[in-house]
Amino acid sequence: MIIVLVEANADGLTLFSREALTFARALGDRAGHAVQAVVFDEPTDAIRQQLGEQGVALAHHPDDPRLSDYAGASWAAAAVDVVRSSAAEIVLASGTPRGNEILAHIAARLDVRMAANVVQVESTDPLVVTRQVVGGAALEDMRLDDPIAVLSVAGHACDPQAASVAMTTEVATVSPTLDERDLVTRVMQVEQTQAEDTSALTGARVVVGAGRGAGGAEGFTDLLELTELLGGALGVSRVVTSLGWRPHSEQVGQTGSRIAPDLYIPCGISGAIQHWAGCQSAKTILAINTDPEAPMVTRAHYAVIGDLHEVVPAINKELRSRRTG
Amino acid sequence: MTNVLVCIKRVPDVSGEVLLTEDGMSVDARHVGFTVSPHEECAVELATQVADATGGSATVLTLGPSDGVEQLRSALAVGCSSGVLVEADTDRFGPADVAAAIADVVRAREAAGDSVDLVLLGNDAADTGDFQVPVRLAYALDRPVLTNISSCEVDADRVIARGDGPDGTEIFEVPLPAVVAVLEGGVTPRYPSITGRMKAKKAPIDIQTPTVEPRGSGRVRLRVPPPRSGTVEVLGQGADAAPAVVDLLVKIGVVSA
Ligand SMILES: Cc1cc2nc3c(=O)[nH]c(=O)nc-3n(C[C@H](O)[C@H](O)[C@H](O)COP(=O)(O)OP(=O)(O)OC[C@H]3O[C@@H](n4cnc5c(N)ncnc54)[C@H](O)[C@@H]3O)c2cc1C
Repeated sequence: MIIVLVEANADGLTLFSREALTFARALGDRAGHAVQAVVFDEPTDAIRQQLGEQGVALAHHPDDPRLSDYAGASWAAAAVDVVRSSAAEIVLASGTPRGNEILAHIAARLDVRMAANVVQVESTDPLVVTRQVVGGAALEDMRLDDPIAVLSVAGHACDPQAASVAMTTEVATVSPTLDERDLVTRVMQVEQTQAEDTSALTGARVVVGAGRGAGGAEGFTDLLELTELLGGALGVSRVVTSLGWRPHSEQVGQTGSRIAPDLYIPCGISGAIQHWAGCQSAKTILAINTDPEAPMVTRAHYAVIGDLHEVVPAINKELRSRRTG
Repeated sequence: MTNVLVCIKRVPDVSGEVLLTEDGMSVDARHVGFTVSPHEECAVELATQVADATGGSATVLTLGPSDGVEQLRSALAVGCSSGVLVEADTDRFGPADVAAAIADVVRAREAAGDSVDLVLLGNDAADTGDFQVPVRLAYALDRPVLTNISSCEVDADRVIARGDGPDGTEIFEVPLPAVVAVLEGGVTPRYPSITGRMKAKKAPIDIQTPTVEPRGSGRVRLRVPPPRSGTVEVLGQGADAAPAVVDLLVKIGVVSA
């Protein structure tokens, strides 16, 4: 049995959770395991429908008002109950902040290994998984040979795909055993802040990137105009945030956001591995850089060689003239 | 008075291609320098801020080779007052082993009468990216743990922490002693002053050998992923390339024709 912990928002399951379900199904097919889900959110019709599309016949829903405010420890306690009662061999979630946190709690409670950010399964007996290390610039093959394997699936490790046979998902409500001590780390309050900008960035179809080449906090006018003209979001390198030119919520990379737009236009970004870690899932990359040898240029699909302060205004002008013309 | 222990890891400062050792078991760092993760730089900054605000102390710890003294000194130069080097071969230590060794240090200090009220760590190490040492440490010490935290402060016997969640900035209030894992973005690490550097040279560093018998990480081998196939198509030079760029935008469907 494979248990997948899924996350949802107002529209249903998140993209990352649907990826994790698809990943789990492929692993289950190879290893001969069925896939079940744990849903902490209210299991709405939309969620059940999506779980059914992913071939999940049974979803466990821990039902306890004390779980309505997130705490890694209490959600893990509830998940461990399900893992034990269903005799699961593998526990899996997407490698989101919450996914990795809950899995780490589960691995500590079960005293087993955990593999973070898995992209592939090497073998199923013994279970050897391949995961991203050094921000994705290297891969590690790691053995998970404890009685229960705990792993998170790296974002965009696979595309979500519907199962060949859809299921009608049955929801089993479970009452978790919770310890008061697991509730002290619950969320006390939520403020609407820059977290929203971050989700706009990670969900954008087009991202305009800006690095040291922007030259200063005042060097973003044309880049922001291009972002606006393309209906996209601005993403920046760590140099830009460290120098205080733009907020950290816009940072792309190993210690920033991971993006997967249809088009990424990095301007004046060299393409250090830690930045690449955050943008390698872009479908198309168009680099704008003065240096034809910059790693971002050599790894891009398309490039313009030149000063971004000349190239970007020219693109904006061309876009505006085609729009009106 | 909050005594903070902040944990950092010496990692290869690779920016270009990653090279591996011949046996494929580690990153070949002979031709690069060393650094710590930006997450940990922020954890050090927060440790210093909490120690200053409460009149407590900030101690910096690293588990790794003896050369890790270099990273300890960097943290000592920006406000930590003493260091602990747990000398160990990190390749033999999995995340659970690292957590167990740090827990031993905390217990030994507390047994000697030095309370460790708050342990700060980076959320995930820059090289191994395991995402679990803070949580395992918390279980080893039977303390509450928060991860993905951008900033925190201590108010009497509680730590108040903030981090970005799926619906906005989440605020937590957890009783001390506690463990907190930090992400880059909430604070700006300070630069070392000249007096800071002088102090760092003289600050005491306690060198210890771990007693835990490591179980290892389960690593079979490392690999470098193959580079993206295909070569870059240069659309042009300078401003003259603009029409070709817009043609491309139309072709891939992000701009309507
Ligand atoms: C553990 C760790 C984590 C990290 N995490 C991140 C992260 O999350 N995100 C991140 O981005 N970095 C991260 N970094 C930092 C990373 O290593 C690089 O230092 C950083 O990405 C470089 O930013 P940059 O490309 O803007 O600057 P540079 O490397 O200085 O490159 C500037 C580029 O701009 C070009 N240029 C200059 N002027 C112009 C102009 N007028 N027009 C066009 N091009 C021009 C140059 O040719 C050059 O290619 C991390 C580092 C470490 C060690």
